[in-house]
Amino acid sequence: DVSVLFKGVDEGSLEALETLLIESDFGVPTSLALVAEVERRHKRGEVKTEAEFRQALADGVANALRTGNADPAMAMAASGPTVLLVIGVNGAGKTTFIGKLAAQYRAQGKRVLVGAADTFRAGAIDQLRVWAERSGAEFVGGKPGSDPASVAYDAVDAGIARNMDLIIVDTAGRLHTSDDLMTELRKMHRVIGKRMPEAPHEILLVLDGTIGQNALSQARTFSSAVPVTGVVVTKLDGTAKGGIVVAVHEALNVPIKYVGVGEQVGDLEPFDADVYAKELVEA
Amino acid sequence: MFDELTDKLGNVFAKLRGRGVLTESDIKDGMREVRRVLLEADVNFALTREFLERVEKQAIGVLQLKQVQPAQQLVKIVHDELTAMLGERREGLKMSSVPPTVVMMVGLQGSGKTTTAGKLARKLKLEAKTTRLVAADVYRPAAIDQLETLGKALDVPVYADRTTQDVVKIAKAGIDQGVRNRDRVVIVDTAGRLQIDADMMDELKRLKAAIKPDEILFVADGMTGQEAVKIAQGFNEALDITGVILTKLDGDARGGAALSIYGVLKKPIKYIGVGEKPDALEEFHPERMAGRILQM
Ligand SMILES: Nc1nc2c(ncn2[C@@H]2O[C@H](COP(=O)(O)OP(=O)(O)OP(=O)(O)O)[C@@H](O)[C@H]2O)c(=O)[nH]1
Ligand SMILES: Nc1nc2c(ncn2[C@@H]2O[C@H](COP(=O)(O)OP(=O)(O)OP(=O)(O)O)[C@@H](O)[C@H]2O)c(=O)[nH]1
Ligand SMILES: [K+]
Ligand SMILES: [Mg+2]
Ligand SMILES: [Mg+2]
Repeated sequence: DVSVLFKGVDEGSLEALETLLIESDFGVPTSLALVAEVERRHKRGEVKTEAEFRQALADGVANALRTGNADPAMAMAASGPTVLLVIGVNGAGKTTFIGKLAAQYRAQGKRVLVGAADTFRAGAIDQLRVWAERSGAEFVGGKPGSDPASVAYDAVDAGIARNMDLIIVDTAGRLHTSDDLMTELRKMHRVIGKRMPEAPHEILLVLDGTIGQNALSQARTFSSAVPVTGVVVTKLDGTAKGGIVVAVHEALNVPIKYVGVGEQVGDLEPFDADVYAKELVEA
Repeated sequence: MFDELTDKLGNVFAKLRGRGVLTESDIKDGMREVRRVLLEADVNFALTREFLERVEKQAIGVLQLKQVQPAQQLVKIVHDELTAMLGERREGLKMSSVPPTVVMMVGLQGSGKTTTAGKLARKLKLEAKTTRLVAADVYRPAAIDQLETLGKALDVPVYADRTTQDVVKIAKAGIDQGVRNRDRVVIVDTAGRLQIDADMMDELKRLKAAIKPDEILFVADGMTGQEAVKIAQGFNEALDITGVILTKLDGDARGGAALSIYGVLKKPIKYIGVGEKPDALEEFHPERMAGRILQM
């Protein structure tokens, strides 16, 4: 906590700030840059009181997240269905995110189809089927062990035929260090484009909010395999702060689009840099 | 083999080569490099600080002796300290004298409990210990299907009851079945939960009281960041865990969570998960983990 140690802006309070940021998984380089910015503003006479000190940090975080490509709105197809590909490491929250997002679009009266292209993990197809039922989305799934790229193709194909507004393709969790699995991902991406040239319109990388510095390596490798267009941070209902998203945003120049805040269907929020920054400094 | 840390520290000390004597501030520079490496590996911030204080004391002692290659010396001190902090002894599963040995898997959402339950069952089966899996996650969509699919693939029986949400009842019935079948081990899979979710933690406490497990294994994602310690403490305070399994170490995460959890709880890390397949479970070796954290 910042307040406990605040006795005016000095080395001690700046160190407390650095501690707060590192303990929130911002990483050393980002933490140092954010602290330096607060210090600069202090030297310019803009930061004197504790409230200003907190605000300066929140500004720094929010600004970093608003710089560059930062629009959380979803890209939509000019005509025909919008296709969304959801990727990430194992257990990050991809399938759950898809269930929640499908429900949000259903609530707006959109026609949604989800495709279960995780044919690898035990129970993955059934899990997405349950989410499809919960959210009122249509469902396309292959057989366990079948080629995920052909399931992805079938899902897009069915979505076009059935006149869907949104097609969301779930993928198996994969560590970015597995070349075979990254090749498989590229193939899925290619095959989707074969059925619909401008698709996928969005490729969202799901990051577990509890994760540490490895998120940066994941983000870089995934986005060099397929053109990631946005990030989803999950599990922020827990005690971790997910600070690595700032470094990820800076490295990829893509927006953070959604935040997962629970396991239930309604636990999904659009990402808001100001809200995120405010909650960080008030924690 | 030169690693990144030795290189970086080598750079820090390079300027001193002509002088031969290291000053306190040279060591401070070196310590800053070590700090960066540890934090980048997700070693807990407070632990990093304590660790550096200890290492610095030793470093000053060693470096005052004007030894050659101060960077390598320092890396060795850091490596040895880290290995010591990760635990010396290997500990496997504790088998109870009266079968079945009851094992309970606990942890945050998505950490790898269900997959690891399958891996353990496979390993025990290979050791000719008849094992049963019990599906006590009644919340996650298709959690029971997932465990049943794993059981079928491994040819390990799975106890499930889709007619009730009462996990205590399910676990007891599963263990009863294990007793009747003279199983050696029964592994109870539980739903992922946050350590701050009082109701869900309460469920685990009730489960523990009812089934009196021999092992309560806290399954943690090896990519976890700075929060690893608090999360582990939350589970330990509620359940007094008996061991830790760290998963997803087949990637390039440096695994500072291992050091952090062991460093604070001193509960043995029993296995690590190194892949999605049922055979991807390894014994934990402190010295290898130390090298990994330091990028050696
Ligand atoms: N507390 C919390 N739990 C979540 C959130 N999102 C997902 N989960 C849980 O995390 C676990 C893993 O979620 P999944 O959606 O299966 O993750 P995944 O990325 O599809 O996993 P794989 O397909 O196995 O790689 C489940 O128990 C979810 O209920 C969230 O925002 N908060
Ligand atoms: N690469 C890799 N993946 C793993 C490892 N252990 C588990 N997984 C994957 O991580 C994801 C989550 O694993 P689960 O076993 O479903 O996790 P869980 O803790 O049971 O999840 P919940 O029940 O939702 O809390 C799955 O995709 C697993 O295949 C591992 O050691 N390496
Ligand atoms: K949080
Ligand atoms: Mg999934
Ligand atoms: Mg599970």
